[in-house]
Amino acid sequence: MPLMEFFTTHWLGQLIVIVAKCLAVTVPLLVSVAYMTLADRKIWGAIQLRRGPNVVGPFGLLQPFADGLKLFLKETIIPSGAAKVLFIIAPMITFVTALVAWAVVPFDDGWVIADINVGILYLFAISSLGVYGVIIAGWASNSKYAFLGALRSAAQMVSYEVSIGFVLVTVLLCSGSLNLSEIVRAQTGGIHHWYMWPLLPMFVIFFISSLAETNRTPFDLPMSEAELVAGFHTEYSAMTFGLFFLGEYANMILLSGMGVVLFMGGWHAPLPFAPFTWVPGVVWFALKIATLLFVFSWTKGTIPRYRYDQLMRLGWKVFLPFSLFWVVATAGVIAFARGH
Amino acid sequence: MIIQTLAFYLFAAITVASAFMVVAARNPVHSVLYLILAFFNSAALFLLMGAEFIAMILVIVYVGAVAVLFLFVVMMLDINVAELRQGFLKYLPIGAAVGLVLFAELILAFGAWTMAPGAQAAMRARTPAPGRVDNTEALGRVLYTDYFFLFQVAGLVLLLAMIGAIVLTLRARPGVRRQSVPDQIARRRDEAVSVVKVPLGGGI
Repeated sequence: MPLMEFFTTHWLGQLIVIVAKCLAVTVPLLVSVAYMTLADRKIWGAIQLRRGPNVVGPFGLLQPFADGLKLFLKETIIPSGAAKVLFIIAPMITFVTALVAWAVVPFDDGWVIADINVGILYLFAISSLGVYGVIIAGWASNSKYAFLGALRSAAQMVSYEVSIGFVLVTVLLCSGSLNLSEIVRAQTGGIHHWYMWPLLPMFVIFFISSLAETNRTPFDLPMSEAELVAGFHTEYSAMTFGLFFLGEYANMILLSGMGVVLFMGGWHAPLPFAPFTWVPGVVWFALKIATLLFVFSWTKGTIPRYRYDQLMRLGWKVFLPFSLFWVVATAGVIAFARGH
Repeated sequence: MIIQTLAFYLFAAITVASAFMVVAARNPVHSVLYLILAFFNSAALFLLMGAEFIAMILVIVYVGAVAVLFLFVVMMLDINVAELRQGFLKYLPIGAAVGLVLFAELILAFGAWTMAPGAQAAMRARTPAPGRVDNTEALGRVLYTDYFFLFQVAGLVLLLAMIGAIVLTLRARPGVRRQSVPDQIARRRDEAVSVVKVPLGGGI
């Protein structure tokens, strides 16, 4: 088969395959970002006994595209006092870091763009880069509201990354690998083998920290409307704002994906027998992500915003010591079980 | 192979150029951003060498944490660039001397690394066979078996530095009302609310 040979051996064919793989991840991701915004608004609507968007298209299904088109056609305004280059780069950083992290996420057994050894570290590194988009935006806007929002956000994201780091350490102690596919394979065999049960407190800490990482309620202080107008993206309009918005939702989906891979058995069916195993792994993966995303929206509709000192207290005085203790405990249990 | 060489020269050129811009940039915030670019490209260089663990740790620790704090501080401080530039020529000889000493030390370290007796054998022994063990595991084995004591001592030194920094900056101000979460949670209705019968026309 010369065509197969072209795609596996010739450099041009390999390049085409790589680009196709990237598109196969990015396009569904952007579509799910679009529908995540709609689902978010529908869920808040239901919580507040409203209908949510229901005018554009059947059940409001075309609403995200109408919103996207509106953002696209608006005028991009760059404030006269802004640092122009940085002002435009900042939303790109947020958006790109939210997308490139998907390179190592396994959607099904073998369905991963780059199956690298240090996948979990790569995810952690890329998610720690997201803070630059926010902080550069705040500084480049040359506005007090944006700057205060950016400073809050930087402190918040750095604080909660520490506990996320310890959560990752407990997971990789259990699985014995930094490779995400291996971590999922270590959870083979039904819902009771998922790491969310033995590491339940870590799963809770991970979820709450991912709310803080993505600046969602109850930790949406970087853009708290009551005090800071719109926080770090006060000065942004049109597609520059659109990129922040897309990046934020892509980041939410990414952190849910991380939660699914680390704690909820990735592509595995919850029960390892017939009717459940007929469903493809990628569908289970998407369903699990959707479950976590629902909890994201549910939280936003239910819980009021934290005060800033409460946020810092929770991060440094509750989560950090507890996750540190849990790392030591997990390591101890594993060493004991192996008979060292 | 040719792509790897091209990539090396690209990353190396960007690293050197951005390192130069760290010193040359007029705005301190731009300096820090160039520093981040330099860190990032050095991580890429590590990746090209096949040291993926060190590359990721470089990004996580330096780009993700240290540089964020740098940026944080530099943005908060109102640094006057012109004032900083005034003493530039005066301090140039000292700066050059420090640079020379560092460069000489680098050469010495490299020389000792390649020429010391037994160094070649040690280098060969430390390198795990490719494909059998990845370099995260190899590093872990070396650190936690051969150099366990030194590793722990390095950790203690860092802990000491952290405690020192906290002690130096901690100020106990008198008269500050602090929030006590357990007290707030332990409060009952009858401690907090009291029903008072107010007489007509009078206050409490």
